[in-house]
Amino acid sequence: MSRTCTVRVRLPAQLRRLAGVDGEVAVPVAGPPVLLGAVLDALEHRHPQLCGAVRDRPSGRRRPYVRYFACEQDLSHCPAGTALPPAVARGDEPLLVVGAMAGG
Amino acid sequence: MSCVRVLVGTRKGVFVLTADGQREDWTVTGPLFGGWEAYHVTGSPSNPDRLWAALSMGWFGQQLQRSEDGGRTWAAVGNDFTYAGVPGTHQDFDGTPHPWEFTRVWKLAPSPSDPDTLLAGVQDAALFRSVDGGEHWTEVRGLREHGSGAHWQPGAGGMCLHTICPDPRDDDALLVAISAAGVFRTADGGAGWRAANRGLVSDGIPDPDAEVGHCVHKLARHPDRPDTVYMQKHWDVMRSDDGGDSWYDIGDGLPSDFGFVVDVHAHEPDTVYVVPITSDAEHYPPDGRLRVYRSRSGGGEWEPLTRGLPQQHCYVDVLRDAMAVDRLDDCGIYLGTTGGQVYVSPDAGDSWTPIVRDLPAVLSVEVQTLGAPS
Repeated sequence: MSRTCTVRVRLPAQLRRLAGVDGEVAVPVAGPPVLLGAVLDALEHRHPQLCGAVRDRPSGRRRPYVRYFACEQDLSHCPAGTALPPAVARGDEPLLVVGAMAGG
Repeated sequence: MSCVRVLVGTRKGVFVLTADGQREDWTVTGPLFGGWEAYHVTGSPSNPDRLWAALSMGWFGQQLQRSEDGGRTWAAVGNDFTYAGVPGTHQDFDGTPHPWEFTRVWKLAPSPSDPDTLLAGVQDAALFRSVDGGEHWTEVRGLREHGSGAHWQPGAGGMCLHTICPDPRDDDALLVAISAAGVFRTADGGAGWRAANRGLVSDGIPDPDAEVGHCVHKLARHPDRPDTVYMQKHWDVMRSDDGGDSWYDIGDGLPSDFGFVVDVHAHEPDTVYVVPITSDAEHYPPDGRLRVYRSRSGGGEWEPLTRGLPQQHCYVDVLRDAMAVDRLDDCGIYLGTTGGQVYVSPDAGDSWTPIVRDLPAVLSVEVQTLGAPS
């Protein structure tokens, strides 16, 4: 029997404005385990304005100045099939989508 | 009573400036989309309350926003600019092959008659068309697949298609300009293209009068005389009287023929404006004096316009999309600078007043001439 987790995602201010949301967003994702790529798919499905803003459209790769953090771990370089920490799957901790420090 | 709405794209958001036909008392709205680089903001000629803003940011890529109410509210539309087929390569700065990669939209060109149709010029250089108001985009692939495409190189701002110059007589006829490839012309809606650079001479390329490779900065033409096209090239101010097939130099008398903008008076096809910039390394006006130059004879003879513009210690630039003209009887000219000033001249350039002084660096200025204020 399939199960669904509600995953919290925290976006940077520019993407919150783009998506028209004030705080965190919550997306339903199959799991556990909850896969990084599945959360991003669900995020873009729920908020199609974010397509292309987090991941490059043609390649699906993370945009160079975007980072993924969770539970004090840097998941930016992990493949899409990486299982997120159990605390994220339980909804205790958010997945952080972060604009890299590159503003000078 | 008529009014004007000036759409200003800056390095850090969009500003909307409105005034009645006197153009003296201004209302400033913004920043909209704070933090986003707004390369171009424009409106539909056939439905002026429909606006588009091309926004980009190094972190989060390209966004396209559309308003249906003159800029009060906005919603995201399509940002999928996927090249048709296998894009191949163009040349990089160092002459090595570089894969075609989409970076941003530089220019939007709404159809004069159909509010759902518009063109987009993008970096890396290509032309896209939407027929649903910007929701979906399809590449006009014949341009990028012009036989010379593999030899196009970027200018300092990237390899961008920055100018779209429609022929008002024929929806299928179009000029576009690419830095640094030059001008290309289609007569069949974009299926076939030919280079339109005869007469251009550029010292910075191996063959100065090559068919392609010129860094054309901007084109402008008057709807009543569309065969006459004005060009600000990297260096040289040029004119064509045959719709772009051949060009000749009209820059004599300018303090510098380097610059970015060129535009034409709304009611006088022979009255043309440029803003001389010192050089390609010194992106500021000669002698620290911001001067618009006007020719009333289609070039060759120029007069400096200085009243109200800073005439000492001025070291701003005026980028290629940062000049616009309105269509009021007393034609207004608008100018945005990298110092964040937007100037208006309500008398065709004779005198200038700043509307705002301290915006982020201005990337683009468009003006809509509207009927009674809503």
